[in-house]
Amino acid sequence: MSEVQGPVHVAAEVVATKRIGGYRHLTLTAPGVPERFRAGNFVAVTVDGHVARRALWVHRVRASSAFGPTLDVVVEVRGTGTAWLAAQPVGARIALTGPLGRAFALPKEAVSCLLVGEGYAAAPLFPLAERLRERGCAVSMVVSAPDEARLLSALEARRSARSVTVLTADGSVGQRGTPADHLDDLVRRSEADVVYAAGPPSVLRAAAGAAERAGAWSQVAVEVPTPCGTGLCHGCPLSVVGEDGVDRVVRACAEGPVVRGDRVRWDAL
Amino acid sequence: MVAAGCGGTGRELAAYSGPDGLDGLDFVTRSITLDARMGGPGPRVEEVPGGLVNAVGLPNPGLEHFLATELPWLVRAGVRVVVSIAGSTMGEYADLARRLSRAPGVAGLEVNVGAPDEVGVGLFEVREPYHSASVIAAVRREFPADRPVLAKLRPDVSRIVEGARSCHEAGATAVVIGNAVPAAFPDGRSGGLSGPAIAPVALRCVAEAHRALPDLPLIGCGGVHDLRSANAYLDAGATSVQVGTALLHDPTTVARLRADLSRSHQEM
Ligand SMILES: Cc1cc2nc3c(=O)[nH]c(=O)nc-3n(C[C@H](O)[C@H](O)[C@H](O)COP(=O)(O)OP(=O)(O)OC[C@H]3O[C@@H](n4cnc5c(N)ncnc54)[C@H](O)[C@@H]3O)c2cc1C
Ligand SMILES: Cc1cc2nc3c(=O)[nH]c(=O)nc-3n(C[C@H](O)[C@H](O)[C@H](O)COP(=O)(O)O)c2cc1C
Ligand code: FES
Repeated sequence: MSEVQGPVHVAAEVVATKRIGGYRHLTLTAPGVPERFRAGNFVAVTVDGHVARRALWVHRVRASSAFGPTLDVVVEVRGTGTAWLAAQPVGARIALTGPLGRAFALPKEAVSCLLVGEGYAAAPLFPLAERLRERGCAVSMVVSAPDEARLLSALEARRSARSVTVLTADGSVGQRGTPADHLDDLVRRSEADVVYAAGPPSVLRAAAGAAERAGAWSQVAVEVPTPCGTGLCHGCPLSVVGEDGVDRVVRACAEGPVVRGDRVRWDAL
Repeated sequence: MVAAGCGGTGRELAAYSGPDGLDGLDFVTRSITLDARMGGPGPRVEEVPGGLVNAVGLPNPGLEHFLATELPWLVRAGVRVVVSIAGSTMGEYADLARRLSRAPGVAGLEVNVGAPDEVGVGLFEVREPYHSASVIAAVRREFPADRPVLAKLRPDVSRIVEGARSCHEAGATAVVIGNAVPAAFPDGRSGGLSGPAIAPVALRCVAEAHRALPDLPLIGCGGVHDLRSANAYLDAGATSVQVGTALLHDPTTVARLRADLSRSHQEM
């Protein structure tokens, strides 16, 4: 069993940090992780002095740089773990496991795709957009946030996507409103065959609903707190409906975090 | 040895197990029940200083499905599979033991008679040592004598000697001390505390049980995360240790400990 694929547990090193708006962006070396990464995977990191691990989306991987392969994560400070992470300086070492979880499923053909992301959680849509574009898909993106400071990389979105819609709840930049207000219209205008969504449950649910009404597929990246992130503890329940129509509770970190939107039991989330 | 409920289905550990993979790993499954269980609602696990409080609710696919899918995979990978069993009646425990005795590749059973909130999750209530002893006896009757039956008790120092003695007399090959400590989430729900915070509690129980019952094999469980914490149990009289929460924190813990312990010529 020596050539086991899948995740690795390594000492990552912070090689660059940047504050952009309300977020801290960290660039890390993590031997083996960028090479195995697929869009929608996450990493689990150890916060000094804490037992439970913190999950982070991967915003970008670079196959080569002055430091070798690297990955970028985006941190929004909300509690002790994210505060610790945001304070890590260049040169700091962080125990990191990844890539973890199911990635976004990619369409076999060059179809139209609408990508909807809110806040830091939009992070995994950026590597996804590049993959889709390489496959010849027409990519439209919706980047949303409560306010401008929490709008993630809207400029970069324009590089991979044919059209980009910016939404802020307070109207500080782009159009005013939430994805729920605009999604039916956006799905129709983009003629999307697949809708990909990443963000809080309200956004995922709106995206899954709009896709279903338009007859499109949807894939949603769900955040359920992950005590281990590695599938070991069964502490990250996600209620879904199986192919057979039977309700199931799966591990969000192992059977997710990306699942089909029409499979999620939204009321349980 | 991997503690019950902290090694996923076993497969997930393969990526973190070094060049030998899972071959020869002593692995206790999460507790398996006769019927499938979805487990409890979230949040199932919360972090507290020095550990975790959990109320996972014994999610498992049920015996049938476990035998058809998870067990064969583990056996093929060379894992020494100890199946943890949990039931709501004595009859269920006996049934589980009987059917597992016929399943190829089951190295032994671990009987979960010390869950931190057994009534809350619908398990057979074990308030008194004779409750656990009668479960052990029922299991022992159904399971071949040449394969071990482990009794897993909660680390309650006021009852541990009595509990270990009665389980031993009822036929337990060894006693695992202990399970998560009965505790509550910050919002008041019942759960179990695990991790480094409980190591001193379980260690005291192992020491007392070993003093009173020097011939009974004991397996230490609670907060083991490195060679030092493992050796504390071995020095207190345990013959081996189990690792739970530490694996959730660092999935390579067991691989590392196995290497460290074999280097220091002790068995895990
Ligand atoms: C798949 C996934 C991807 C994520 N990606 C990112 C990301 O790219 N950037 C980012 O900033 N954050 C991300 N998060 C959330 C992040 O993992 C933190 O756990 C969460 O923000 C709380 O951590 P804390 O220590 O700061 O807060 P605390 O309140 O101190 O955390 C206490 C405990 O609660 C858990 N917890 C509380 N709220 C959440 C939550 N919303 N999600 C998960 N766990 C929670 C923590 O893991 C921790 O065990 C992601 C979560 C998941 C599940
Ligand atoms: C998430 C989680 C799930 C657990 N599931 C089980 C279980 O199914 N059966 C069981 O006997 N013990 C279960 N336990 C208890 C552990 O096996 C172990 O006895 C306890 O956590 C103390 O050891 P530790 O500090 O190394 O974790 C579980 C513990 C945790 C944290
Ligand atoms: S977080 Fe532990 S199994 Fe998903």
